[in-house]
Amino acid sequence: MPMVNIAGKEVEVDEEGYLVDLSQWNEDIAKYMAVEEKVDLTDAHWEVVNFLREYYAEYQIAPAVRVLTKAIGKKLGPEKGNNKYLYELFPYGPAKQACKIAGLPKPTGCI
Amino acid sequence: MSDMDMEDDGSGIVKKFMFLNRKAPHGTVYALEGLEVVLITAAFDQDVSLVFTDDGVYQLMKGIDTKGIEVKDFSKTYRALEGYDIEKLYVDRTSMEARGLTEDDLIVDVTVMSDDEMKNLMAEQDVVISF
Repeated sequence: MPMVNIAGKEVEVDEEGYLVDLSQWNEDIAKYMAVEEKVDLTDAHWEVVNFLREYYAEYQIAPAVRVLTKAIGKKLGPEKGNNKYLYELFPYGPAKQACKIAGLPKPTGCI
Repeated sequence: MSDMDMEDDGSGIVKKFMFLNRKAPHGTVYALEGLEVVLITAAFDQDVSLVFTDDGVYQLMKGIDTKGIEVKDFSKTYRALEGYDIEKLYVDRTSMEARGLTEDDLIVDVTVMSDDEMKNLMAEQDVVISF
């Protein structure tokens, strides 16, 4: 699998650019992935990225977008737990793009 | 009937799917692959039941530690099923008791069923897929 150099560290990514070993994740990797995805990281983006990392730590999977939306609504409020808000932050799919930035695998059943 | 009606009829069909988990969580890929199929199925709004029987009961055991065998511990993922609206989890009483387990040993809330209840539940299904 391809190796990329991020902030002086060699990390392995899969053919779609997702981090292979999520224990290697750090903020530099998140920033690198965000540039790859053409996402300008703001606090609102970080909130979703951190939420995903917590979700993964608890359940050991990256959630499908429908499940992510619902879970965010529960934790951060309905004004954030909706497709419009999340797609504005991650136009090419919140589950897909935010997971990549969070260093998680691509969500199972991701459409 | 117009084409439109045909389409409406097709998209609204909800079938009863049962996923039968019969194998220990590690050593083969069945348990993990079965779980992934269930998570994908959740996107299609079907009536999904999960059954854990035979060694499949071990999939739901609390406190699994896979460090020694260097594979991912996906037992926590069963707790995510609720978020995927999969809430029908059944455990076969005979299998559970034969392995010295009780409901308290399991990582999620389940309905424990007798052989007869299980037989009836299976008979109601449209599709039964065994892992």
